[in-house]
Amino acid sequence: MSVARFWRKQINRYNIVGTHCKTCDTHYYPPRNVCPKCRRDGDIEAYKFAGPGNVVTYTIIHTAAEGFEMQAPYALAIIELDEGPRFTSQVVCDPKEVSIGMRVKPVFRKLGESGDKGMIYYGTKYVPDNDRN
Amino acid sequence: MRDVAIIGVKNTNFGEMWDRSFRDIVVEAGVGAIEDSGISGEKLDGMYVGNMSGGQFVEQEHIGALIADYSGLSLDLHIPSTRVEAACASGGLAFRQAVMAVASGHEDLVMAAGVEKMTDVSSTAASAALAAAADREWEGIMGATFPGLYAMIAKMHMHQYGTTSEQLAAVAVKNHQNGSMNPIAQYKNRITIDNVLNSIMVADPLHIFDCSPITDGASALVLAPADIAHEYTDTPIYVKATAQASDTIALHDRRDITTLDASVSAGKRAYEMAKMTPADIDLVEVHDCFTIAEICAIEDLGFVKKGLGGKMTEDGETAIGGKIPVNTSGGLKSCGHPVGATGIKQLVEVTQQLRGDSGPRQVDGAEVGMTHNVGGSGATAVVNILSRKR
Amino acid sequence: MSVGIVSYGAYIPKFRIKVEDIARVWGDDADILSAGLMVYEKSVPDLDEDTATIAVEAARSAVSRHNIDAKRIGAVYTGSESHPYAVKPTSTIVAEAIEATPALTAADFEFACKAGTAAMQACMGLVGSGMVDLGMAIGADVSQGAPGDALEYTAAAGGVSFIIGNKESEMIAVIEDTFSFTTDTPDFWRREGMPYPEHGGRFTGEPGYFKHVTGAANGLMEKMGTKPSDYDYAVFHQPNGKFPSRVAKMLGFTKEQIKPGLVVPWLGNTYSGSCMMGIAATLDQAKPGDRIFATAFGSGAGGDAFSFRVTDKIDEVRDAAPKVQELLKDPVYMDYAMYAKHKGKIRLA
Repeated sequence: MSVARFWRKQINRYNIVGTHCKTCDTHYYPPRNVCPKCRRDGDIEAYKFAGPGNVVTYTIIHTAAEGFEMQAPYALAIIELDEGPRFTSQVVCDPKEVSIGMRVKPVFRKLGESGDKGMIYYGTKYVPDNDRN
Repeated sequence: MRDVAIIGVKNTNFGEMWDRSFRDIVVEAGVGAIEDSGISGEKLDGMYVGNMSGGQFVEQEHIGALIADYSGLSLDLHIPSTRVEAACASGGLAFRQAVMAVASGHEDLVMAAGVEKMTDVSSTAASAALAAAADREWEGIMGATFPGLYAMIAKMHMHQYGTTSEQLAAVAVKNHQNGSMNPIAQYKNRITIDNVLNSIMVADPLHIFDCSPITDGASALVLAPADIAHEYTDTPIYVKATAQASDTIALHDRRDITTLDASVSAGKRAYEMAKMTPADIDLVEVHDCFTIAEICAIEDLGFVKKGLGGKMTEDGETAIGGKIPVNTSGGLKSCGHPVGATGIKQLVEVTQQLRGDSGPRQVDGAEVGMTHNVGGSGATAVVNILSRKR
Repeated sequence: MSVGIVSYGAYIPKFRIKVEDIARVWGDDADILSAGLMVYEKSVPDLDEDTATIAVEAARSAVSRHNIDAKRIGAVYTGSESHPYAVKPTSTIVAEAIEATPALTAADFEFACKAGTAAMQACMGLVGSGMVDLGMAIGADVSQGAPGDALEYTAAAGGVSFIIGNKESEMIAVIEDTFSFTTDTPDFWRREGMPYPEHGGRFTGEPGYFKHVTGAANGLMEKMGTKPSDYDYAVFHQPNGKFPSRVAKMLGFTKEQIKPGLVVPWLGNTYSGSCMMGIAATLDQAKPGDRIFATAFGSGAGGDAFSFRVTDKIDEVRDAAPKVQELLKDPVYMDYAMYAKHKGKIRLA
């Protein structure tokens, strides 16, 4: 991913910052600038999510995506935030620990890097919230 | 709107074609379809070509013009040629564009084709190109792969409905059985449930034998207004419906993880357009890019209640001779999945079945067939219904 | 104007490798090594952790421990010898991640193992002069030991963040004074572009560590007119367990005084985080009124000595973030092959 393309959404990745439609009171993460429910009647504002959520579904990826070879096997999951929105993230732990419905909390990790010379991309991944499982 | 008929079809062999180029295979399909239709190429009013990623697979864009050129339809003739893209649903979409061109009366004889040359790049690069069909910024960046996304659907399906790995494997076993009878299929070997379960895990719970392969291949067909179709062929196959639907690009934004609402919606529109119900369909080619995708598809298209697709497959109801034969071609799994070509290949298969030309894998008395082509993890779906009767 | 620690936060990756697992690879005697170094295992970063992620986790822990409004932080300084970029600050990543941007100053520090305490002193100056309201000083490292080198047994990963302020009412520990002792002594270095540091072997001991730690410690006590018995606790840079124990004895501190802050045996040397980790571990259990003496050492070489007096506020905030001993609990052990993968010693073609 190019430098500018990552940087543009950096604040949304460093913290779970998405959007909220004031018209229909729906929260969006990843952020949306047009509310799909209200469209032109929507009134979008930035919204910082608390962070914790639940695993909706997951997989353990053995054949890694390009750039993720060193991490295989890794757990990829759809996370549902307590405020409602769902998004895709890694759950960093022993793959055997992951289960549907488990509580997870955000951590700050490297998402990837453009080779040895390029940018390092940081953002949010998830870990089991062992106090609440 | 005018009724539309298919008057000629052609699939190239599907597989790893080391000695053949992108343009070689698409020209073979196009010429073959024209030959099958009995028309002359110069009579074509237009071409619509489904191609997902010439840019990433062969570093070639401007696919429409290239194909017209190498088919001999540019020089002097200057026949318009349009590339259509919707990831793995590009072929289905090209067909729909072609049907609309003929139905509207704007064009008469039109080619719909699909092509993908995937083996000119490493499998890592091919996977990365395919991953671009998902949400690059919010799925790909986290390490999502296509098997990974469908694995999350499978995991949820198992959790919600008790679907088993054996039921997923049954899809692959059945499709290889069908593919073994299809001369163009990439994999003609029959496999067992144990073969699938003992194969390498790609993305839990999907093994490598739950996944469709990387394939080179091209498919083409020729459309004509139904009123004049008999001038070219004794067995025109009529397009009763062509429907398309969209859903969220990312899997995580779907209403229900285990339902492809785009498939449901395109299916409903197609049934309405054809004034038919699932009971009217004699065979269906569905988009089994992964075994779980076939299970979701037969549920979403109304052939079985949600959650029971695995059991239906395990019970043999989707085999040739079963209640509703699914993927007589071998599907994406066994026949191969050259992504841009797949949607057209499905239509070629159903056309041949309705013509009664399918040899050992022929579905007896097939009158009405359906195709179901999906882009991404379900953001685009195209459903077509073809019939022997107008 | 008095200055002090308003909050602190620590972070330690969950993975460990035991000294015996490293010794097995190089044919060394683990028992003799462990006894000599007084180190039994060390922390290892996850595959997606580096100095920046560790610094952010430590910074967030400090912010949340005392419920700090991050916009009050006017300076973020991160000390490390393993910044992920040679050019491009770690501190901007931290500042953005804790949402302290954009009205602040930020820079990275490097002074081998005392870059974090140097950052503390810089923050003391800024808040003491009133230039900024709060300053954040971080010491974090994913330090590297070359395969087979003695450093490989101890080079660990971890980080600590201190928020330094000037309002006595919110301080958990007043920094009574600081004193540094610096000379140009090449006991340990890493050249630009090189993956692993070099060191002077036994030269790192007397002319390096001991001279500068005692120089700074004695200098501070002399300046303040204090003596070891005035302190309840003492913390010294801990590249291993042996050096801080010996230097404490040399200076006249007791084993009991250094015990709470001596975290190296089960953590390893977290370099820029090392002395700060010891201070954090001591704050985790200190009572109001306790005095803590601390001296960091950085090769190259210098010592930074500090005198802290713990305030009543400590009891209010201490439990609001993970303590060092909690971070050391329930580690996940790995063998040398996995360790080599985690540390980038195995590279893909």
